Amino acid sequence: MLFTSYGFIGFAAVLLLLYYTAAKKWQGPLLLLASYLFYFISGPAGLLYILTTTISTYWTARVMGRDMERQSAYLKEHTDELSREEKKTYRESRKKVRLRWMVACLVLNLGILVVVKYANFLIHNVNGALSVFGQDRQLSFLSIAQPLGISFYTFQAISYLVDVYRGTVPAQRSLPRLALFISYFPQLVQGPINRYGDLSQTLWGEHRFDAGRVSRGLQRVLWGYFKKMVVADRILAAVTTIIGAPDKYNGAYAFVGMVFYTVQLYADFTGGIDVTIGLSEALGITMRENFDRPYFSKSLKEYWRRWHISMCSWFRDYVFYPVSTSKAMQGLAKRFGKKMGRRLAVYLSTITVWLATGIWHGANWNFVVWGLANCVILMVSEELEPLYSRFHERFPVKENKGFQLFQMGRTFLLVCCLNLFDCFVDVGDTLRMLASICTVRNWHILWDGSLLQLGLTGLDYVILLLGVAAMLGVSLGQGSGSVRDKLAKRSYPVRFAVWYGLFLIVLLMGAYGVGYDASQFIYNQF
Amino acid sequence: MKPTGTKIKIAVSVIIVLVSLFFLQKLLMPKYVAGVVEGAFIAEYYEEEKDFDVIFIGDCEVYENFSPIVLWENYGINSYIRGSAEQYIWQSYYLLEDTLRYETPEVVVFNIQSLQFNTSQSEAYNRMTLEGMEWSAAKVKAILASMKEDEKFLDYVFPLLRYHTRWSELTSSDLTYMFDGKKVSHNGYYMRVDVRPVTEIPDPRILGDYSFGDNAWKYLEKMAALCEEKGIELLLIKAPSLYPHWYDQWEVQVEEFAAEHGLRYINFLELIDEIGIDYSTDTYDAGLHMNLSGAEKLANYLGQVLVDDFGLTDRRGEAHLQEIWAEKIAFYEAEKEAQYELYGMKE
Repeated sequence: MLFTSYGFIGFAAVLLLLYYTAAKKWQGPLLLLASYLFYFISGPAGLLYILTTTISTYWTARVMGRDMERQSAYLKEHTDELSREEKKTYRESRKKVRLRWMVACLVLNLGILVVVKYANFLIHNVNGALSVFGQDRQLSFLSIAQPLGISFYTFQAISYLVDVYRGTVPAQRSLPRLALFISYFPQLVQGPINRYGDLSQTLWGEHRFDAGRVSRGLQRVLWGYFKKMVVADRILAAVTTIIGAPDKYNGAYAFVGMVFYTVQLYADFTGGIDVTIGLSEALGITMRENFDRPYFSKSLKEYWRRWHISMCSWFRDYVFYPVSTSKAMQGLAKRFGKKMGRRLAVYLSTITVWLATGIWHGANWNFVVWGLANCVILMVSEELEPLYSRFHERFPVKENKGFQLFQMGRTFLLVCCLNLFDCFVDVGDTLRMLASICTVRNWHILWDGSLLQLGLTGLDYVILLLGVAAMLGVSLGQGSGSVRDKLAKRSYPVRFAVWYGLFLIVLLMGAYGVGYDASQFIYNQF
Repeated sequence: MKPTGTKIKIAVSVIIVLVSLFFLQKLLMPKYVAGVVEGAFIAEYYEEEKDFDVIFIGDCEVYENFSPIVLWENYGINSYIRGSAEQYIWQSYYLLEDTLRYETPEVVVFNIQSLQFNTSQSEAYNRMTLEGMEWSAAKVKAILASMKEDEKFLDYVFPLLRYHTRWSELTSSDLTYMFDGKKVSHNGYYMRVDVRPVTEIPDPRILGDYSFGDNAWKYLEKMAALCEEKGIELLLIKAPSLYPHWYDQWEVQVEEFAAEHGLRYINFLELIDEIGIDYSTDTYDAGLHMNLSGAEKLANYLGQVLVDDFGLTDRRGEAHLQEIWAEKIAFYEAEKEAQYELYGMKE
């Protein structure tokens, strides 16, 4: 069910109505029922996967939780009898047992994810290798439909399990509550990847109807629709045209394509997250922000702290830290010296994270290359940091607005270039397109009317320009606090004019209905 | 904020929203007053005093080929055409159901060309027929039977959702005819006086299967049953359009259906000489449809059939009807003159 479909809007409206008219104790069960209904409508077969993940995660966490309780009780009971060393040994032995349980559950759930999402990618590569070695035998591809949001809910389940193992959150005793945490429908489409510690604060609480909060949530939903339907789905036509014929649309077209795709991705993804967080806010559920005005970043490193925050922090907490502090990495210090060993550990962990990030985005080599390209740029920047410092010491640059704008523009272009890997899918095409930007001299297309042949009319460009200006204006406004809060302080006629005006803009300028292909959110495929 | 103040603000806001959306919808919906005027035909019926002897139902092969004015002037038959562009048979059936909400004619004339379609082919044609219907169970069923895969029922309930992008192509006529459309048909008849003779007829396509589809048959069966139930004579016709080609295999199927159900079927393609149709003067688009001359000849022939075989009586003596038709004839003559002038045919 698309967020932008009438079906979803009706679904959300009915849910809101029932949610606030039903007895408060039924709010949680109602959300769970709605989530499974949403999931069922999106593909009944997927229910099996999410139920497997839910039950296995619940059970394993409960086993670990009970073991921790027994451990605490045992240590309390024998606190005088056991020495410190004995207590430590006991704790470690129990931890090992819990680790085994956790690993078994992780293998099961990651196994499902790998089979469903990556099996055909692996088969494709194995077949390629067999061909290279002159083997006629080819493996058959699996016919498995990828369940909605499997990457998102699997990662949420893993984070919960690891947090229980680490003892940072208690194991949830109620299966329905954990099921809701994993299956809560707004997050299934394209995230964010919520943490149990955050979402559980409000997910199954009893929520009184608060007109102000509901209204604020719906305002954010409307803003999300504006980004998705007025900007992202409109610019999609030009992006599709350019990607569809790389031989024809190269050089300046490729440049335009990568900028357009970056705008589309931003409007699409942040718009979808606005719908998710806004709808949750209307339901009284608080989610952490997933973006922090990413295109105001002055470096790629900063960009990755501000873009898809939930995914980046997930990889930091559940891949980078465990890998970089693992025994193998600590062993590097002994082998290469403390400084070099630590550096190597950080780099190897960074490579692992980016490889995983790339693979997480999709079962294709372009994502692997995209991940590693990010990794290389980040590591080279890190390595060159002392050089930059020395350069700036010798040639001081005033960090004024102009220089900051230059840094932001540079980061934006860098991100645009990296996005080309996602855009063109084929690595060879992407590299050719990147090269053509420098080698093909067709910049005249920017002003000779050629851009009007990409599936967008002059009016479309005007709407896009105004749409991007509105997104930029709101981002600038967010620098000094929530734009909705600022608007809330204005008089009623002003507020009404702004929100109803935005509604009319979405209604009249949104790319929806007959003549427009309903476009799935880009991050939905991940 | 005081509670009463809040209530007033909410009430005013709701009124502003509803009124503005209503006006926007009216503004953005196509008016069909120039160019493609067929979209206005279906709605015009509701303005009529509904006491018709004959209701024509079908696609362009009825609304461009028969002049109700001639039926009245020559035979005193009070008739109306409920037809629209590429009107599919399920739409014709539900238009009949819709018509029977208001009146029960003596004869229903149905043109069977639309049997060729088993599913809706075009959203634009769906719209032209369905939007003009007044809301009723028949309209709901017609929409559900017609929608293509990418269409949504809600778009028919709130056409603003369908036409939301039309703001970029609005003209002054959208404002002029925002609430009251211009009358464009003559009891559902679309007049064209210009002439484009037949010079060549395209070769018929060879079809893989000449059987009409199950869905199309289903609605013809329903139409026959409904007419029988209401005591209405159903007359099946095939208008003398030279193309799309009317295959012999299709003819056999319709003849068999008519025989099985005891219905009268007239294929006007076989009566061209008898009626006196001349394809060098009686068509405005090289044989696809009749012009005024051809439509008047056909109506004149059909009128005699309706009187002779269906026992329709002359109602020209009814003062009330005379008054109504006098106005219609004046409009008919005025448009005729205007078109003669437009096409440089005025003597």
